[in-house]
Amino acid sequence: MKFLKRLQPGWGLLPVVFFLTCWELISRLNLIPGNLLPPFSAVIVEFYHLSTSGILGQNFLSSLTRVMIGFSAGSITGIILGTLMGWYKIADRALNPLISLFYPIPTLGWIPLLMLWIGINEMLPVMLIFICSFFPILYNTITGIKNVDRDYIKAARSLGASDFQLLTTVVIPLALPNIFTGLRLEAGMAWRVIIAAEMVAIPTGIGALLMKAESLIRIDIIIVCLIVLAIMCLIFEKLFEFLEMKLTSRWKRYAGNNM
Amino acid sequence: MPAITCDNIKNFACNYICLQVRDKELLSLLGPNGSGKTTLLNAIAGFTDYQGSIQFDGKRIDRIPPNERGVGYLFQNLALFPHLNVIDNIGYSLKIRKWNPVKIRERVNELVEMMNIKHLVGRYPHSLSGGEKQRVALARALAPSPLILLLDEPLSSLDAQTAKYLRTELKQIQRKLGITTIYVTHDLMEAVNIADRLAIILDGRIEQVDDPETLLFYPHNQKVSDFIGAPNILDCDYCKNTGQGVMEVGWRGLKIYVPHDGNAIRRIAILPRHVYVSEDKPRGPGVNSFVARIQDIIPRMDTVRIKLEINSNSLLAEIPCHIFEEMSLEKGKQVYIILRMKRIRVFENGNDSHFSG
Repeated sequence: MKFLKRLQPGWGLLPVVFFLTCWELISRLNLIPGNLLPPFSAVIVEFYHLSTSGILGQNFLSSLTRVMIGFSAGSITGIILGTLMGWYKIADRALNPLISLFYPIPTLGWIPLLMLWIGINEMLPVMLIFICSFFPILYNTITGIKNVDRDYIKAARSLGASDFQLLTTVVIPLALPNIFTGLRLEAGMAWRVIIAAEMVAIPTGIGALLMKAESLIRIDIIIVCLIVLAIMCLIFEKLFEFLEMKLTSRWKRYAGNNM
Repeated sequence: MPAITCDNIKNFACNYICLQVRDKELLSLLGPNGSGKTTLLNAIAGFTDYQGSIQFDGKRIDRIPPNERGVGYLFQNLALFPHLNVIDNIGYSLKIRKWNPVKIRERVNELVEMMNIKHLVGRYPHSLSGGEKQRVALARALAPSPLILLLDEPLSSLDAQTAKYLRTELKQIQRKLGITTIYVTHDLMEAVNIADRLAIILDGRIEQVDDPETLLFYPHNQKVSDFIGAPNILDCDYCKNTGQGVMEVGWRGLKIYVPHDGNAIRRIAILPRHVYVSEDKPRGPGVNSFVARIQDIIPRMDTVRIKLEINSNSLLAEIPCHIFEEMSLEKGKQVYIILRMKRIRVFENGNDSHFSG
């Protein structure tokens, strides 16, 4: 039984191994015509080549830098503005109509406009990621702040907390689960958006590498890029999941009802 | 500690309320749901708008924000901060006031000792039982040494046994600290047990403010009388200690036993809903069990009041409608009644009094 239990976590890998084996077989047996699917092993070899030559690292780094800057700026602004809008009715009333107007515009829809406004440079993808992460995090923060039980607020006030203390010691900590939901979802989304931006407009980054590979019909490189993307999306999402757990798991699961 | 004066408080739930709470007093604000009890507490704490004025020791505090009023507030749902453990919950108000961490620890330890919750310090609210949460919440409210303590039905979510235990403790702590306290409840028994004085609030108006005995025996008007449920008041002819904490009192030829260990009993009272009516002779030792005749049956909202005659004396009983319908009671019928021993309220020859049970 112990042995089985120890094996259990590894069982999730079984479908992946099965999938990769099928892939390798299908490709080796030439079941898909026209060399459209290189074998998995070839992809791994290419991955190695790209890594050692520095091409992958370089492109990856430029994408990563853009994501980090755009996402940090977008989420910090979203959290600050969301806190203000959730806490101060006047801020909510003033900004909500504007934000409701801009929120439905798909992030990629901004590309043509931003290309003309800020040109094709590093600012373009950063700006796109900013827009992509700002709105959802803003909304999640507003909801989180507004949902804090009024009784906690009254309790903190009667215990002597000023407006600012109330916000920093009770309201924001209790809104954290909601804020983290936004961060977690958008951390993955930022990678999806950066690729699109790099594919259309920017000559460096994983997206650009994808497009170059496409024009050279290097399917193995395309797949390498996609794998890197998948891994990065996953790492970012898991990173925030981990942070959320660290910060809130001691109490969050049980805090649905009044304490 | 200041006295509280509410002067013509008017808002959506309070209808020109005037109320004075004396220094160091525990006043129970008693009324049915929706009568404006909690709203009045919120007005005193500064959480709701009102017309009129509230004074602490003669000083108007209407313009002072809630965080500067120096009021400890124990909420009905306790509102312990879920993201802080017991120590941080209790020390919250001190941290806010930027106390030195060593002093915070000292004060928290002192409260933890007083409330007997030393074993809970590292735990989070979700892992505490109702009674434990109650103690933590009270410790938290007392931490900044508030001038006034407001308690909003603090025991309503607890089981009867824990509530009784905590009530006694609450009273002791209030006495020890001498803190002016308003205790909101809709339970007459709870109010009578804990309070120095009771204020009856009905439809946003204070109808009567008196000590428990006066209030029970001399309700000012029909509304108060209806609310407290017209207790049967029995003047005792004699009183004899039978030992083991039980006293025998005589009431017009009947022997009634009450759990009491103290001065001689002058009067006893029992609410009609605590007089049990049965068609068959009840089993058991037959303590406080008598034969009575039904004089009258008076239907009310969801209960039925039954006027009984025992040895040519009148006694009122009250039973829920659904139970009445299952029985076949009619005027003139002979029934058995039991005065539930634990529910009999005792008034001694001195001023002190308490509910047994």
